[in-house]
Amino acid sequence: MSPSFVELFYLVATALFVFSLHWMNDPKTARRGVMAGASAMAIGMAATWFQPFVQNHGWMVLAVLAGIAVGWPLSRVSLTAAPQRTALSHAFGGLAAGLVGTAKYFAWLGDGPEALTTFRMIAIIAEVILGFITFTGSLFAAGKLQELNWVPQRPVTYFGQNIFNGLLLLAAIGMGSMLVNDPTSEIAPLLFGGVVVIALLFGILLIIPIGGADMPTVIAILNSYAGLAAVAMGFVLENKLLITAGALDGASGLILSIIMCRAMNRSYMNVLFGAFGSVAPPQEGGEQGEYRADTVESASQIMEQANHVVIIPGYGMAVAQAQHKVRELYDQLMKRGIDVKFAIHPVAGRMPGHMNVLLAEADIPYTSLLEMDEINGEMPQCDVALVVGANDVVNPAARSDESSPIYGMPIIDADKARTIFAIKRSKNPGFAGIDNGLYFDEKTWMLFGDAKVVIGNLVKELTGESGL
Amino acid sequence: MVFVFLLSAFVGLGVIRRVSRLLYTPLMSLTNAISAIAVVGAILVAGPDYPIEIRVLGLIALFASVTNIVSGFLITDRMLKMFKKD
Repeated sequence: MSPSFVELFYLVATALFVFSLHWMNDPKTARRGVMAGASAMAIGMAATWFQPFVQNHGWMVLAVLAGIAVGWPLSRVSLTAAPQRTALSHAFGGLAAGLVGTAKYFAWLGDGPEALTTFRMIAIIAEVILGFITFTGSLFAAGKLQELNWVPQRPVTYFGQNIFNGLLLLAAIGMGSMLVNDPTSEIAPLLFGGVVVIALLFGILLIIPIGGADMPTVIAILNSYAGLAAVAMGFVLENKLLITAGALDGASGLILSIIMCRAMNRSYMNVLFGAFGSVAPPQEGGEQGEYRADTVESASQIMEQANHVVIIPGYGMAVAQAQHKVRELYDQLMKRGIDVKFAIHPVAGRMPGHMNVLLAEADIPYTSLLEMDEINGEMPQCDVALVVGANDVVNPAARSDESSPIYGMPIIDADKARTIFAIKRSKNPGFAGIDNGLYFDEKTWMLFGDAKVVIGNLVKELTGESGL
Repeated sequence: MVFVFLLSAFVGLGVIRRVSRLLYTPLMSLTNAISAIAVVGAILVAGPDYPIEIRVLGLIALFASVTNIVSGFLITDRMLKMFKKD
């Protein structure tokens, strides 16, 4: 295939990628977006492969087959594990970028200093740093989300952490600029190895201080890093398709992380360097009053009397895999003519849109899923708010308590409903270690237990009473 | 090339801003798959007549990218199939 043809195919692929993302603006057209994206990928891959200088076909086919063999099962994981899978694929993306950058450096090193121009060197260093940070950072994020034993679950912080990380980054940049100055010196390969090692280490150090509640933001940030690494690769290889597709991905990650940060009233820097868990001052739960626990029997009776029920899901629903039971509850209430809506906080769960996907999996129509801003105006008219494993996103301290670490974060106004039921696994405070005043509210009744079991019992009560 | 980057970043920002909030998780897995366009770079390193060490790096990158392409597009479609109106 001649170079101009390749460019033409790249142009078509770029246009298809843009359409692919454009069609994601509506669930009705979204699947068309996947088709467009997959076609674009196939076109880009084929146009690259069928160039005369590409040989080595046997091994490449083998690598592709191995990729399919691993990718296929990864696409069949349960949707509760969607955050881990996403983090893991960011890791693969980062690895690919880092390896291509490394390979290209050593290939050009063999050709002599003329090949390693300043522009190329800067692009390679950027690609390698971004790629390898994304690789280990995403691996650790995936490990945290999967709750693997060897990955610390709680945020890890130590004295001088940010200073140490900063110095490390400076060292990488220093070695990088030495490389740019003299890419073929005797110690250059050593310096290059140093940059790679620091980037790998930095990825780990960046993730260990981050708590579970910040995961949606961090995954979005890693998403944009993976995109930017592809852009840097595009600069290295002077390949426009890499630049355009990488920029689309980078833009998407950037927008999502900004939305997530805004939803938590925190800055980008604060999420990465703030170590959420450690700033929460220890509080005594007893001071705020007592929990009032209720039985499912009386809870189901109160729900039956309601006209308007709002269900507020959180990460607890995902952990307990309770979405299908929630669906049964939804059916039972709808059958009685009760209006049931779901209130979705942007950072509920462990990745952007996590709750929406889980509820969609349980066949709940997306027209019943409302954004925080849409539902908050209705909350005072709501008879029952049912909190399913959500905590910080309904904590009124975010509105009133200036000393609270989550002060200023927009929340779902569950406390404005007439009655609140909160399903909670244990009496311990949530991930951020902050007590939730909502649970001590005089309108709140606690339903302690596993979300799936509690909602299952609620459904049993409701079906029993209607004689079904 | 910087010009191309800026232009596509702006197009990207414009398009992504309009994506339905319902679909953020599928959006993420879709952009994941799209960023696996790194496959192009992997082919360009694994394909030509480079020393074997360099081609091996390319082959690993090719494997990692194809994994993302396959799992990314398939899981996105699987998720989107679940979004129903009624």
